[in-house]
Amino acid sequence: MKRTFAVASGKGGAGKTTVAVGLALALADRGQSVRLLDCDVEEPNCHVQLGVSLTATEPATAPVPEVDTACCDGCGACAQACRFHSLAVVRKQVLVFPQLCHACGACLYACPQGAIREVPRRIGLVRQAEAESITLVDGLLDVGEAMASPLIRQVRQREAGTEVTILDGPPGTSCSLLAATGGADHVLLVAEATPFGLHDLALASEAVRLLGLPVSVVLNRCRGTAADAQAFLAERDLPLAGCLPEDRRVAECAARGGTPYREVPGFGAAMRDLLARLLGEAA
Amino acid sequence: MKELVAISGKGGCGKTTVLASLAALAESVVLADGDVDAPDLHLLLRPEIQQRTPFVAGFRAALDASRCTGCGRCAELCRFEGIRMADSRPVISELHCEGCGLCVDQCPVQALSLADATCGEWYCSATAYGPMVHARLQPGRPNSGKLVSLVRKEARELAEREGKELILVDGPPGIGCPVIATVGGADLALVVTEPSPSGQHDLRRALELLRHFRVPAWFSVNRADLYPEGAAGIRAEAESLGARWAGDIRYDSAVTASQYEGRPVVLCPDSPAGNDIRAIWHTLQKEL
Repeated sequence: MKRTFAVASGKGGAGKTTVAVGLALALADRGQSVRLLDCDVEEPNCHVQLGVSLTATEPATAPVPEVDTACCDGCGACAQACRFHSLAVVRKQVLVFPQLCHACGACLYACPQGAIREVPRRIGLVRQAEAESITLVDGLLDVGEAMASPLIRQVRQREAGTEVTILDGPPGTSCSLLAATGGADHVLLVAEATPFGLHDLALASEAVRLLGLPVSVVLNRCRGTAADAQAFLAERDLPLAGCLPEDRRVAECAARGGTPYREVPGFGAAMRDLLARLLGEAA
Repeated sequence: MKELVAISGKGGCGKTTVLASLAALAESVVLADGDVDAPDLHLLLRPEIQQRTPFVAGFRAALDASRCTGCGRCAELCRFEGIRMADSRPVISELHCEGCGLCVDQCPVQALSLADATCGEWYCSATAYGPMVHARLQPGRPNSGKLVSLVRKEARELAEREGKELILVDGPPGIGCPVIATVGGADLALVVTEPSPSGQHDLRRALELLRHFRVPAWFSVNRADLYPEGAAGIRAEAESLGARWAGDIRYDSAVTASQYEGRPVVLCPDSPAGNDIRAIWHTLQKEL
């Protein structure tokens, strides 16, 4: 059965990638094939933790308008239709500002001369690599590009038809988070058990709840039982999926470019437990 | 007047920890939180909100059901899943509508219109360290870059009005729209990173972005003592990319403790991280 789990967090550096990679490796250890889609296209890092190089790359594009000057009479209907100010008409000539374009198509339909067509413009790369039974796909946004969501949607098109897909989302609570988690079967929010971590968790959970998706929380870097963090979750009706202890070895392993799942005693077992709980819950 | 922004590429590297401490050290300062979708600076600076203003940006489609014939043209054209048909009636998803107006333009019976969209709220506040401008984007909303630009513009006007010499901006993670809105035109950017391959990878992209926008780049490796060899490697690479080293910061449990106390770590006595940030401030001050 096809299942998609999204891993996300409000605050950056909460441990999303470590958990997403850990879950993918735990699935691979069961002999299951898994797709890991790195949707943090501004700063994709799953490949670093998996220790693979993404050799298969293809450009990702977004459509932008192109004006056929032979047909254009400079009437300005396109610029009037564009609510994002990505078209302007100066002395009967159309200027296109592609980085503002949302690819909505409004100018296309507005042009009475049929002088506008859409052409692809590169915004980044979609890259792929295989590691054991894991297929890793990520998006790499070109530096200077503002809009991450179109690239995230292109990475999501590589979601598997039949196997389990793990999505590693971007930090924050804005439109990119929705693009990365929308349509998932379950969203796992990773939160540091600290004031910053819990504050941003509350914001991220609001965003995910707008999508109406089932959500649970992994508390990371817990000291002791993290009773205050657990109380915080209970107050907000957020189910706890697991607690990962504060462990300097995990930070040091990640710092050296290692894979905590394989190298830090106890961490692999914690990921396998988490996976079992997730699969049971979504069944 | 000068503007210093803290960014990081990778999240969780300590931008806010550093920026809040700089806020406590600087004398004549206005503070701004450019992380509008997961802001944390207020947890350390404890602002008292004096003025709240709704943030209206872009549009959302609105339906006049009495005119609609249920033809479905709008749902067919929308590229954002912003409208779907249910029982031959269009249903607008506020979450997905980008406010492009294609449906409005193409509706054969003018049953759709565009309404202004409220995407969040912004605040003028007082803190113990100086006035602060910050904001809150509604969860899942677009236009975070525009809200960051607004926060910076308001902070600049406030600094001019009150004759403050410095604006300190806490940036969001990543390199996309809100980060571009944070760094454009700033006098100095401090990139805070950590000694890991991910931190280094993301620092490289952040420095590329700063070069693209011609913002002078400084960097600091946080928790450098977790992996000194890694920190040294990052320093060598960042300097070869034209960034200047502002000093490293040691791992320090007082950083988390200061979050619980709601005060900048530099105010915790004998904190190694606090002392390191103080040294960074002395270095950067000379540049400003």
